[in-house]
Amino acid sequence: MRRRSLLTGAAATAAAAGSTTLLSGCGSSDASGVPTLDFLSLAWQEESVAANKALVAQWNTAHPEVQVRYVQGSWDDVHDQLLTSFEGGAAPDIIHDEGNDLTDFGSGGYLADLTGLLPAAVRGRIPSAAWDMGRFGGGLYGVPFLQEPRVLIANRGLLGEAGIDLPDAEQPWTWAQFEDIAKELSRSGGKDERYGVAWPMSSPVSVTLNLSLTTGGRILYRKDDGGTEVRLEQADSAFAEMVRRQVGTDRSAPASALGMSGGDTLPGFFAGRYAMLPLNLSYRQQVQQQAPARFDWVTLPLPVGAGAPDGGRAQGVSPQTLSVSKDCRHQAQAAAFIGFMTQTDHLVELARGDWMAPTGTDALRDPSLTTGKLGWSTGMSVAAHLVASPALGRRGYPEWSDKVATPALQQYFSGAIGLDSLRKKLVRDGNRVFDRYRS
Amino acid sequence: MSAAVPASQQAAPQPVPRPQPRPARRGLRRRAGRTGQYAALLCYLVFLAFPLLWLVSTAFKSPRELGSVDPTWLPRHPTLGNFRTALDEQPLLHAALNSLLVAGAAALISVAVAVPAAYAMVRFRGAVSRAGTGWILVSQMFPLVLVIIPLFMVLKNLHLIDSRPGLVVVYVVWTLPFVLWMLQSYVKAVPVSLEEAAAIDGCGRLRTLRSVVLPLLAPGLVATLMFAFVTAWNEFFFALVLLKTPEKQTMSVILTHFTGAEGAADLGPLAAASLLATIPSLAFFALLQKRLVGGMLSGAVKG
Repeated sequence: MRRRSLLTGAAATAAAAGSTTLLSGCGSSDASGVPTLDFLSLAWQEESVAANKALVAQWNTAHPEVQVRYVQGSWDDVHDQLLTSFEGGAAPDIIHDEGNDLTDFGSGGYLADLTGLLPAAVRGRIPSAAWDMGRFGGGLYGVPFLQEPRVLIANRGLLGEAGIDLPDAEQPWTWAQFEDIAKELSRSGGKDERYGVAWPMSSPVSVTLNLSLTTGGRILYRKDDGGTEVRLEQADSAFAEMVRRQVGTDRSAPASALGMSGGDTLPGFFAGRYAMLPLNLSYRQQVQQQAPARFDWVTLPLPVGAGAPDGGRAQGVSPQTLSVSKDCRHQAQAAAFIGFMTQTDHLVELARGDWMAPTGTDALRDPSLTTGKLGWSTGMSVAAHLVASPALGRRGYPEWSDKVATPALQQYFSGAIGLDSLRKKLVRDGNRVFDRYRS
Repeated sequence: MSAAVPASQQAAPQPVPRPQPRPARRGLRRRAGRTGQYAALLCYLVFLAFPLLWLVSTAFKSPRELGSVDPTWLPRHPTLGNFRTALDEQPLLHAALNSLLVAGAAALISVAVAVPAAYAMVRFRGAVSRAGTGWILVSQMFPLVLVIIPLFMVLKNLHLIDSRPGLVVVYVVWTLPFVLWMLQSYVKAVPVSLEEAAAIDGCGRLRTLRSVVLPLLAPGLVATLMFAFVTAWNEFFFALVLLKTPEKQTMSVILTHFTGAEGAADLGPLAAASLLATIPSLAFFALLQKRLVGGMLSGAVKG
């Protein structure tokens, strides 16, 4: 992330030097004058790439007057790639990215405000809670189209042996019940050591922020003047405290998993070392692909906080978005393409390809996504309660996350510091960071 | 005449000869030293080879085996499925051809530019030469992220964005300082007396460079060429930012298409594709290795 700061600095320097004179707009036209729009897609799974390419081909057949060129991007370094392209005036016209990234690019004037550009039908397809994920600073900079909640992926055999009744989306466990069950499933000692849960916390900040909503907190609050205030009251810290208890006191979660990514925990899960994994919905694909034959797994809704708004079901999420570059010469056509990609049946295809949830209200109810197989119906039920992550639209979030929150949370989860110390770091140091970003 | 001799002129006391270790002990010590050297070398080899061996092992494992909690060195059920998937999903061969063209051209051009420059900087010492050497050192201090945006703008004005020649230009510029630095040290090792002898025989500067210096530089040229090629072959960020058209993308960029958000990755196909990506570098090295070692051992500059 130091790299991101450096590049941002370099971009600012270049901009200050009057580089904007070089900007000449995107999009190109072929010999016949038909505009061709570049669509940077970050789809990476085979089915997802195929679905995206098929939709682009479909658009090109139906719209000979505006052609779209599929450009394969990568989640690696996408921020740096886009920043360089924006500064150099050669950015793709239509951009697939993540909600968190839009804050910098939208505030920096690199993205077109889609408020008046999107076809009216698109607005009705996606619920207002999802629109909040792409809207900030008075503008709409991205159309949220795919999202993924956290779910519990559990070893059904182990839960069955312990006589534990499985929850459903209507009646999820509370966090308190979950703690008890994780303790019950844990077994210490030797080769048969088992943990009720493993918390992969390679990105501790986004997990903590997004799941603090389930206990009625949010950690990052919007001030009246538009700035950001960090708070760590009881509701804000309840989730982090629970993880810490599981790792440090109950020993129902291994400390060794705290540094892992979701995929790293799967071998231990398949070996019966961890009974449950809180993972993003799309991890079901890896589980399905890698699980040993006859391994019995199930997708459960994430536990909820008692007494929290929306019954504790509201998780924060930073969705995948589609945006239009400010320099695009054919913004209306680019917005029309986004409208095409977010048609209900297309959203369903894209969601299936990525094993994620669509944002569209009707798409979430599509029979192919509400099937009981492979946890789809549970995922869609949980996804219906998703709200914008507290991090979205917060200028200064990347710096706070990298320099303050990540190290502080890692120390807290590992037991190196206590709650007071965590609060001091997150709040005092954090507010200093956010104050610098107040315009 | 005084018979007294100053102390400083007195004969220094003869050093007491240290008792020589017995031959058997000496042999033992030598063997122990040699064993230690081999042990250290082995550790270093393991350190170097481990990632490559693990890559090979991963490339031949099925998704189920990759999800096993007990990883094994040898795949239990070796499969070529990852290679099939990698080749089916991404245009690896086309990307490899792009990388080969770009890296090959960049290596050849940077060495062609650097040879006369390095010769001039070594043989014509002066303010310009010193400034040039300083420039080489300073240029190494700028991180890539600081130069990428200005570079992008320059290339855009030259209409070299999204073009392989544009990427070659960038790689030549990016590798040139280090290539120059490397070649300078090789040029310094060529005795001036050989060039003077050539001059006496009537050779001009160019002829001396071509007929005397270049043959002696051969091992250095090969090493430098390899360095420039491998640097360009492995480079990722310039290629990612500068090339938009899928058909022009290089191998390093294509490899990232097997990775997703938050560290998720399609490990098997990624390992298979990475393994395929290392082959040209290894082949290039194998092809030139004989020349490299042969040149070093040829003793061309022995009196």
